[in-house]
Amino acid sequence: MFRRLILAVALGGVAAPGPAARAADTATVTIDNFTFTPAVLTISVGTAVTWTNHDDIPHTVVLPSPAPRSPVLDTDDHFSFTFAAAGTYTYFCSLHPHMQATVVVK
Amino acid sequence: MADHDSSSPSDTSRRGALECMLWAGAGVLWTVSGGVPRSSLLGSAQAATTPATTQAAGLSFVQISDSHIGFKNPPNPDTPGTLTEAIALVGQQKGSAAFMLHTGDVSHLSKPAEFDTAAQINAGAGLDVHYVPGEHDVLVDDGQPFFERFTKGAAKGWYSWDQDGVHLVALNNVQNLKAGGLGNLGAEQLAWLDKDLKPRPASQPVVVFAHVPLWTVSEQWGWGTDDGAQALALLRRFGSVTVLNGHIHQVMQKVEGNLAFHTARSTAFPQPAPGTAPSPGPIKDLPPGRLQAMLGITKVSRVQGQGALAIVDTPLGA
Repeated sequence: MFRRLILAVALGGVAAPGPAARAADTATVTIDNFTFTPAVLTISVGTAVTWTNHDDIPHTVVLPSPAPRSPVLDTDDHFSFTFAAAGTYTYFCSLHPHMQATVVVK
Repeated sequence: MADHDSSSPSDTSRRGALECMLWAGAGVLWTVSGGVPRSSLLGSAQAATTPATTQAAGLSFVQISDSHIGFKNPPNPDTPGTLTEAIALVGQQKGSAAFMLHTGDVSHLSKPAEFDTAAQINAGAGLDVHYVPGEHDVLVDDGQPFFERFTKGAAKGWYSWDQDGVHLVALNNVQNLKAGGLGNLGAEQLAWLDKDLKPRPASQPVVVFAHVPLWTVSEQWGWGTDDGAQALALLRRFGSVTVLNGHIHQVMQKVEGNLAFHTARSTAFPQPAPGTAPSPGPIKDLPPGRLQAMLGITKVSRVQGQGALAIVDTPLGA
């Protein structure tokens, strides 16, 4: 139950988690209009986050080292990363570095 | 080369390109006269008369920018087509132009086939082309494929040369960008620029070109260069400095002392003026007939002598 509540926060309350057993282990970030949404995503350790680019312009997701940087995400491309350690991860787009957002892993 | 066909205009897309050119532009013709750079957009009535009126020019060259070969979304599904049209206009109106500059974003995704297509089309201008990378050109292997192909002898994308008394400097401000920051030159490139400029007399006209504007057009949209001011500090002692950029897909210019700044239109798609849209993404909902006013090429000419600095720019269409 607790994990479900966290996921609901992670999704900004837009989508309720489904009944699938692994639903609590995933979260999504969208890229629209040169903006990561949500700007702050709070998840639990072990959650896989998927970023999807909805813009007509390519973007990247550069997480703080040693976490990876995504390949270039063209329109509708996505990238996933599972956060195995707690912490605050501020990331940005290497093409448009004014695009920044944060993943908080608890 | 395998998917070359996918980026070559078909008959159908060729028609589409011609339609697009109704609202697409070509390039800009530059003339630097007595340290006075003048520009006119090719395709305009004024540009058509420019070569004849600048026969005395010491140096003329053409600037194109942001061809984004590989981009296929609205408002332009055929970027090879609009680049081809732009290059045709360059060929018709280049006059005594000595070379062409491409201020970056040659490709959309740094793919070999995109580089191939752009190089083949640009060759149609019949001019040497000097390139700087845009952020879309360095997405693979830290930009090495771009540098090996388009900036031979300059492994990091910055270089300079002299031509007809003008010193031309190519800068790379699209790599190693910092979170929250803008374009970036970096300490190594700034040190090279300092060394490059130091022995030159202040009377020598200097033309600097780079992809992202060296001056801050919009901090919110990342349209500027973090350490651009350090580069400009090295240039201020010169009597005539012209800074040519791309990236923002629209003409913006300003004069600051002896420094004249100018950004070129794209040959692919226009972007909104800062703050007029939710994001700097392409303007997609252009009515037919408007793209021509929003894309373009530039020609620069230089005439020996002394004079105040000015930039003249004429839009392609109403």
